[in-house]
Amino acid sequence: MDSPFGLLAELTYRCPLSCAYCSNPINMASYTDELSTDEWRRTLAEAAELGVLQAHLSGGEPLLRRDLVEIVDQAAGLGLYTNLVTSAIGFSRRTAERLREAGLDHVQVSIQADAPVLSDRIAGIPSFQRKIDAMRLVKELGWPLTVNVVLHRRNIDRIADVLRLAEEVGADRVELANTQYYGWAWKNRDALLPSREQLAQAEAVVREARERLSMDVLYVIPDYYSKYPKPCMGGWASRQLTVAPNGEVLPCPAAQSLPLPKASIREQELAEIWTDSPVMNAFRGTDWMPDPCRSCDRQELDFGGCRCQAFQLTGDASRTDPVCHLSGDHEVVAAAVAAAQQPVSLQLTPRPHRPQQA
Amino acid sequence: MNSLEVSTRPRLARHVRLTYSVARKRPVLLLPETVVVLNETGAAILKLCDGQRTVPEIVAELRARYREVPTDEVQRFLAGLAARRCVELPDG
Ligand code: SF4
Ligand code: SF4
Repeated sequence: MDSPFGLLAELTYRCPLSCAYCSNPINMASYTDELSTDEWRRTLAEAAELGVLQAHLSGGEPLLRRDLVEIVDQAAGLGLYTNLVTSAIGFSRRTAERLREAGLDHVQVSIQADAPVLSDRIAGIPSFQRKIDAMRLVKELGWPLTVNVVLHRRNIDRIADVLRLAEEVGADRVELANTQYYGWAWKNRDALLPSREQLAQAEAVVREARERLSMDVLYVIPDYYSKYPKPCMGGWASRQLTVAPNGEVLPCPAAQSLPLPKASIREQELAEIWTDSPVMNAFRGTDWMPDPCRSCDRQELDFGGCRCQAFQLTGDASRTDPVCHLSGDHEVVAAAVAAAQQPVSLQLTPRPHRPQQA
Repeated sequence: MNSLEVSTRPRLARHVRLTYSVARKRPVLLLPETVVVLNETGAAILKLCDGQRTVPEIVAELRARYREVPTDEVQRFLAGLAARRCVELPDG
């Protein structure tokens, strides 16, 4: 078995923002017993030993962890390439300088739109200006900067302006990623899914920008509109692993929604979990595949798509991803896409900042 | 885009790190979102991409170490990595 390349360390699911497209789990209350600094240190050490080369420090908002600098320090000390995925709230000059000293390699700042009113409305709090300041600070301190925008029905028409903004702040990469429908985004899917016409326009803007700009422009289409599913995570438990705030180990963050036995860094070593745990082995390789994947020549290309999406849309995680036009369940995706060509209710459920009191 | 400017002095992009994976016993190139697993020759080429040497100079240095170093392969390797933005090819 290969070793994983990347560790997605979800340090906390708490967040000062409340984006309706957030893919964090709905049952946030299950994750409040967060790993301690020492537990994260041990997790990182075990990950490095297992062959992990990159640590993506994410959340929620990772800057809400007071020990973020210590966590970065440990990861960098182990030789990992460290990537901070942040909404920029809490990215003060002092914190930034300490992170720089600790050896943080790369910063990805998310922004909700190109202009304050819309961005703040989507984020749920006034945050636009702080994000711009943070982006400038990232560049000033000499980091490479990725600007990330999650695209959906409300902001996808603004891609050209988003690109202009990214250029202006001196981004090295811009990631325009259509919403992935997990967690809160799944709840809000029908209000978020763009129309075909919106997508066609967005793609034209991206094509033109790629020719014109020296900046790296990454564009992720919404898989609902593609003929084949995305090669989710490069295959289940193949290249990446996720550790949730409470120490749960998963192939990807969305997999917490699947009815699979849990594995925790608090109870087992990471290497053992990676190799032997039922959750990692559930959909590894191609043996688990049903038809049409079983007899399809694309099975090593897209791995039958996303297990979490199959579960969400069919109630069975071992079915072919319904996004695939060869799937027997494809009509559920086709119906959602058809609905997106009509006017939709724009009512969104914002995600809460922290678990709601029961 | 096989033949590179003779005068360009390739260098690793700033956000890229060349290192060694003990678990894989292979040199690797680390980027924000990807890992490129290299072979020994690939790593040797990249170690010479310091923004000082031109491609012919890199090839000449490699020839001192390896028996066969086809110029076009070095060029193709660098052009491929430049397309993935791992390597920068500034005008010479
Ligand atoms: S609420 Fe927004 S900023 Fe916070 S974790 Fe979710 S998507 Fe990211
Ligand atoms: S049938 Fe399965 S393997 Fe074939 S393209 Fe569809 S999802 Fe991929």
